[in-house]
Amino acid sequence: MTLLKSLFGLGFAFALSASTALAGELVLNSDQSDPAPKKAMEELIAGFEAANPDIKVKWNNFDHEGYKSAIRNFLTADAPDVAAWYAGNRMAPFVKAGLFEPVDDVWASAGFNDQLKSAAASMTIDGKKWGVPYTYYQWGIYYNKEAYKKAGVEVPKNWAEFVAGCEKFKAAGIDCLTTGTKALWPGAGIFDYMNLRVNGYEFHMDLANGKVPWTDPKVKATFTEWAKIVPYITANHAAIDWQDAAALLSQGKAANYVMGNFAVATFKDGGMTNDTLGFMVFPEITPGIPRAEEAPTDTFHIPAAAKNKEDAKKFLAYLGSAEAQTKMNATLGQLPVNNTSTVGDDPFIKAGFEMLSSAYALAQFFDRDAPADMAKAGMEGFQEFMVKPENVDAILERLEKVRQKVYK
Amino acid sequence: MTNTLPKTASRRWNQRDYAPWLFLAPGMLMFMLYVIFPIFQSIWISFFEWDGLGPKTWVGVQNYVDLMDDDSFYTSLTNNIIWLVLYLLAIPAGLAVALFLNQTVTGIRLYKSLFFFPFVISQVVVGLIFSWFYAPDFGFLPKVIGFFTGTEVAILADDRFATYGVIAAGLWPQIAYCMILYLTGLNNINPEQVEAARMDHAKGWSMLWHIIIPQLRPATFIAMVVTVIGALRSFDLVSIMTVGGPYGSTRVLSYFMYEQALSEYGVAMGYGAAIAVVLFAIMLVFITIFIVRMLQQERNA
Repeated sequence: MTLLKSLFGLGFAFALSASTALAGELVLNSDQSDPAPKKAMEELIAGFEAANPDIKVKWNNFDHEGYKSAIRNFLTADAPDVAAWYAGNRMAPFVKAGLFEPVDDVWASAGFNDQLKSAAASMTIDGKKWGVPYTYYQWGIYYNKEAYKKAGVEVPKNWAEFVAGCEKFKAAGIDCLTTGTKALWPGAGIFDYMNLRVNGYEFHMDLANGKVPWTDPKVKATFTEWAKIVPYITANHAAIDWQDAAALLSQGKAANYVMGNFAVATFKDGGMTNDTLGFMVFPEITPGIPRAEEAPTDTFHIPAAAKNKEDAKKFLAYLGSAEAQTKMNATLGQLPVNNTSTVGDDPFIKAGFEMLSSAYALAQFFDRDAPADMAKAGMEGFQEFMVKPENVDAILERLEKVRQKVYK
Repeated sequence: MTNTLPKTASRRWNQRDYAPWLFLAPGMLMFMLYVIFPIFQSIWISFFEWDGLGPKTWVGVQNYVDLMDDDSFYTSLTNNIIWLVLYLLAIPAGLAVALFLNQTVTGIRLYKSLFFFPFVISQVVVGLIFSWFYAPDFGFLPKVIGFFTGTEVAILADDRFATYGVIAAGLWPQIAYCMILYLTGLNNINPEQVEAARMDHAKGWSMLWHIIIPQLRPATFIAMVVTVIGALRSFDLVSIMTVGGPYGSTRVLSYFMYEQALSEYGVAMGYGAAIAVVLFAIMLVFITIFIVRMLQQERNA
């Protein structure tokens, strides 16, 4: 009798545990640790759960920088059902290792081939789609209008005026350009724009893809132009994070900041408003070069080892939909990839939307366009150049050495 | 043992024979699985080129050849040597603090706890606090330097000073650790020898050098082992305070290995494993010296 009872209890418990697995739990890993993206994610998950009451989302939110190392572990060890990542060359290692699931069916059934057309190229590898993009954001120069007034400088329309303005800022005790390169990537934004403006989009892509040597005179020309503003960059940028540099801009100790639009939330937290914060397109350097811009795309993917792929595909379909993207990007302060979404009234969003829609081509940012080890060596080189511009030849030779090794 | 109950007698004898091995077995198994086996696995991986995700390609000793040609490797090696030499300062500093605290005044226990506190804090927290201390614009140290020399120096942004700044942060908990070792050692000093020395009119420095320090030899030995291993292993502080920068100038071998194999931009597991093997070889030199010393001491005791 006791044996029967225990068997019955065991069977009941087993059935219970089995049914919990079928109750629709979606495990989501992402890296939105900054306040605005975190809020956008919370709203997204709430919206998805409201539209799909039988699915419960378990959200694992990682620290933004720590996620980049964690993903390599959890994709193989304990894969979630949905994982955040980036488009283009950045997702290539995981695609090539078979760690992501192709989602062409989601794109086809949800009509994304039309609605997410602008990002389709960066989501495609070997003819298949590997995830769904949900936002991209413009990069450009954010400036403190009050700092400009204090130093008596006009908003520059071209490079020569920008450099001339820098001298006036120095006289007023304000850093012309600020950045925080402790995590290395902010410096790459400056390099990308310098190279895009001096040499153009095709050359920049060739450089990132290892087709052009770093010792090429055109690359040297980029660094020569860059050297003109290096004396006016915040002196200790190598020891501070981008958020510390944002504080300098908010406090008026710096005039310009080459950053992405996600920083606007941080600037506003620091006390800037739509009246004091300005945005300008990076000025033209070589006349006649078609204007390319940086627009890194953030994405969500399904790991190949995911347990609940069905619900994960429902999540991606929801993520790519027009209303979800409109709502999410309104909180993020960024641009929806879905071309049927609406863009908010925010002046920076509007400016970015115009800038990107009229751009000649969109780059993905140096650490996504170039393979990882080249990106790391490159960004260290950019940081060293901004501290010691006299080392430019040694830096370029070292980067060339890395290129020989990386792009075999 | 009599032979009246042969079965029980032989069983007890066997049990006494293999019981120690049974007790050691789980520990030995764990050690083999988590320490010995991975060491050989790492050495094996260093002969491949592998991005951690895809297939491995055999390259033999190419990783080591590339390592010889890599500037970052020599920077890391130099930094490790600087760490080793400067970290050894923790030992006399710890002794000095221990001697200072080895008095019976009211509240001495409180002072001892306060002095020991740095070791209890996580290294990450120590690194973070020191990086704020060194930070330009709001840190205390640049302001002090600015007051004396006129220009504020951001220690962690300057490749000449960054390593020393990180080592200073590491010395703070390390001195606390050596201090505790010496305090324990000082409590165990033979009072008769001290009495005898006093009767011979030994005081101060000569008392210290001839009587106290020789009796602290075991404590010095342990302090040296821990300090050397700590200096060669220093990852947390470099990772938190400078992320290996500025532009790689504070890199140490353990951080270099992490960058190459495990970090966001690290796709060269084989190369990272080669660096790890080099670090292991360096540590093996010191570990051998220490173990030989320990065995000699045990034999003589």
